Amino acid sequence: MLEVSGITQVFSGVTALDNVSFSVSKNAVTGIIGPNGAGKTTLFNIITGIYSQTSGKVFMEKRDISGFPPEKLAKLGLVRTFQNIELFGSMTAIENVMLGMHVRSAGGIAACSLKMPWISREERRVSEEALYWLDFTGISDIGSVTAGNLPFGKGRVLEIARAIASRPRIILMDEPAAGLNSQETILLAGLILKIRDLGITVILVEHDMELVMDICDRIIVLNLGTKLAEGSPRDIQENPEVITAYLGDDRE
Amino acid sequence: MAKFICFMIIVILAPLLFEGGYIMNVLVFAGINTMLAIALNLLLGYAGQISLGHAGFFGIGAYLSGIMTTVFNLNPWFVISAASVATGLFAFLLGFPVLKLKGHYLAMATLGLGIIIYIIFNETIDYTGGPSGLSGIPQLSVGSFVFDSDIRNYYLVWGVTVVIMLLALNLSESRVGRALRAIHDSEIAARVVGINTRLLKVQIFAVSAMISSVAGSLYAHSVTFISPASFGFNFSVELLTMVVIGGLGSIYGSFLGALLLTLLPEFLRGANDYDIVIYGALLMLMLMFMPGGLARGIPELLNRFKNSLKGSGNA
Amino acid sequence: MQFDQLLQFFLSGVATGAIYALIGIGFSIIYNSTGIINFAQGEFVMLGGLLALSFTELLKLPLWAAIPCAIAVSTLVGALFERLAIRPLRRPTPINLVIITIGGSILIRGISMLIWGKDTHALPPFSGEEPVIIGGATVMPQHIWIVGITLLLISINKFYFFHTISGKAMRACAYNRRAAGLVGIDVRRMVLFSFIISSAFGSVAGIIVAPLTMTAYDVGVMLGLKGFCAAIIGGMSSGMATVAGGLLLGILESMGAGLISSGYKDAISFIILLLILFFRPQGLFGKSESERV
Ligand SMILES: Nc1ncnc2c1ncn2[C@@H]1O[C@H](COP(=O)(O)OP(=O)(O)OP(=O)(O)O)[C@@H](O)[C@H]1O
Ligand SMILES: [Mg+2]
Repeated sequence: MLEVSGITQVFSGVTALDNVSFSVSKNAVTGIIGPNGAGKTTLFNIITGIYSQTSGKVFMEKRDISGFPPEKLAKLGLVRTFQNIELFGSMTAIENVMLGMHVRSAGGIAACSLKMPWISREERRVSEEALYWLDFTGISDIGSVTAGNLPFGKGRVLEIARAIASRPRIILMDEPAAGLNSQETILLAGLILKIRDLGITVILVEHDMELVMDICDRIIVLNLGTKLAEGSPRDIQENPEVITAYLGDDRE
Repeated sequence: MAKFICFMIIVILAPLLFEGGYIMNVLVFAGINTMLAIALNLLLGYAGQISLGHAGFFGIGAYLSGIMTTVFNLNPWFVISAASVATGLFAFLLGFPVLKLKGHYLAMATLGLGIIIYIIFNETIDYTGGPSGLSGIPQLSVGSFVFDSDIRNYYLVWGVTVVIMLLALNLSESRVGRALRAIHDSEIAARVVGINTRLLKVQIFAVSAMISSVAGSLYAHSVTFISPASFGFNFSVELLTMVVIGGLGSIYGSFLGALLLTLLPEFLRGANDYDIVIYGALLMLMLMFMPGGLARGIPELLNRFKNSLKGSGNA
Repeated sequence: MQFDQLLQFFLSGVATGAIYALIGIGFSIIYNSTGIINFAQGEFVMLGGLLALSFTELLKLPLWAAIPCAIAVSTLVGALFERLAIRPLRRPTPINLVIITIGGSILIRGISMLIWGKDTHALPPFSGEEPVIIGGATVMPQHIWIVGITLLLISINKFYFFHTISGKAMRACAYNRRAAGLVGIDVRRMVLFSFIISSAFGSVAGIIVAPLTMTAYDVGVMLGLKGFCAAIIGGMSSGMATVAGGLLLGILESMGAGLISSGYKDAISFIILLLILFFRPQGLFGKSESERV
């Protein structure tokens, strides 16, 4: 589904990623883990076209998408959430989700200014479907709340709702459980599996090991910019290198 | 919609209140300023992109109309539309490098652009008449009906203003309006949901310039004389003041701001020199104490007033 | 084209360039400690010149006494501006900061117009008007004053930033505000300081240029913009890069006015400004950085 090949990223002398390659299979949840500063967010930024990598390529269903800008990738069905939530803070939750559906609706400046009949119909469809996604993610109670005023946990879920409202083929989530309490984390795990069951490929960066081991079909471990290991949750848990580099610290 | 119909009725009936006279002339300017404030607000209030050079686009419209109708004798109505398209195209092409910039840098670049345009008006004397201006611009006419009185110009200008206002309202409430506000809130998130922010910013910049150009053309035809002084940096700042006072991101607010700032100097006649001081003070005070502008500030004040009445009633 | 004439343009370009550099450094000092482009910067230039004039003409002070008084008053205005307009701002987004500093700028300009009227005024030159001949070009003594004072101020500036505690603290703020706050630097005081220093710089520029070009309530707009242009060429550094930017701009402008057309003289700086912003927003001498998400 998604293939990353030989990605290297150098920031003014610092090598954040060094020749990282892996591929992600369709309809599965793939976890990317690694200590702080391993390069996980950088990798996401490259895949989603926010940074342009020093070298290497990204393929989506065999198509070379390296260097595509984020907006083009969104149209192709590749969306993401951010480690530091990026919502449209002055707008309501439902407007945020409606923006998620931007790629699936039509109407340019001229048609919208003239308020063509089909624009109104389209708008109605979008707002109705947005309600569905709020419901799907379990936050239908906050539809009319301004996103900037939402509590942290709800904000995280809203960001996911906005992302899946575009009916993507791949969703990248950067630490969706960070800052959530254990109750919220359990709900999140359920939500992620529900999203996978929609036929969406999920790639997950996460520090919460329990969550990762529970829901991921496959795990990739990054450390200091290089790929350390790759395998099923069980392989990873048993991999001695990973234990010393990562899990070892975690269990203290 | 009810709000808009009320607004239209006010616009249609307003002249009955004033029996023509000087105030009609002022209201013509208020209409032109309303168009300009709406144009700037689409860019600044919605997309969150500042421009300190909008007086330049206003001037381009005015001069294109002035020059094409006096020197080249072209049909004024044709020129108004052609000028608007040309200005829009100019802004569109320029928009790509300009709107790559953000915040303060964008402000400086648009400011510089406005000043370059202003210098060109001053220096291309053969066409523009330079600092002493361009006179003899014909009044607009339809058949034998000439827009030669203040009241006629009032209905002409406000007719166009009302249409532009309706289009702007539609746009602001549509998916494009939502996308513009998204850019304002978080450009990176906007891109990730699939908004081509770069293109949309440039498009709205061009639309904004087109509206400004139409306002410029109407201005030129209704006053029949133009000079660079009307299109300088000070006027760009005045427009900014209108938008901020009215309320960033409120189309009706732009109308309020434009009306207030057009009428203000008239009330302060005699104290003519004070207006620049007052603009400066208004701009700062508004931003500090009523950052939502009049459009949001007045309802808020009324609410607070009501609540305090209730509070004292209970006590 | 005569060599003498070119030299003449060059030398007067250096003098105006030095002025732009001083104003530009004022911009960068504030920008570096706060991230604000102070659109009111030019008004301090205007204030410097007009205040010095009033101190000499109304209070009959000798020039050497009038100048420090003028600098002190404009600096006070700068400090008040920061305290009354910038600091209380509830949501200091870039747009709001642009708007508030523009508001401040026209307020100061308007009040100055009420005080000094719309006429242009001239300050007497610091030391006579006997031109000096340098290699076939004539140079006014005021030109030499300008270059000398600029050099002096820039050296003081450099000393301050690199060899005093408060200068180092200010550099720390410029580098990382949060971290500076964490190690106990009073960031808000540093912001106030930066407004004080840059209004002082601006007013000095206004005073030394006034005998040369006359001054009026509205000179701040153009001078401010040219100063900003110098700072942009220098990549918003508060050091030599901005000085180089100012000199480059001054010389190009002076050559352009002499060789092409004086009407378009001002357009030259703005075209340069746009070109730099479009193609090298990090300045002529800087390296680009990628934005973090
Ligand atoms: N824009 C940038 N410029 C310079 N260095 C950067 C940039 N972005 C990331 N880095 C560096 O790249 C390295 C990897 O950072 P990254 O944010 O990808 O780590 P991460 O694995 O997401 O960590 P965390 O778990 O803390 O989120 C770090 O050393 C970081 O400082
Ligand atoms: Mg990260």
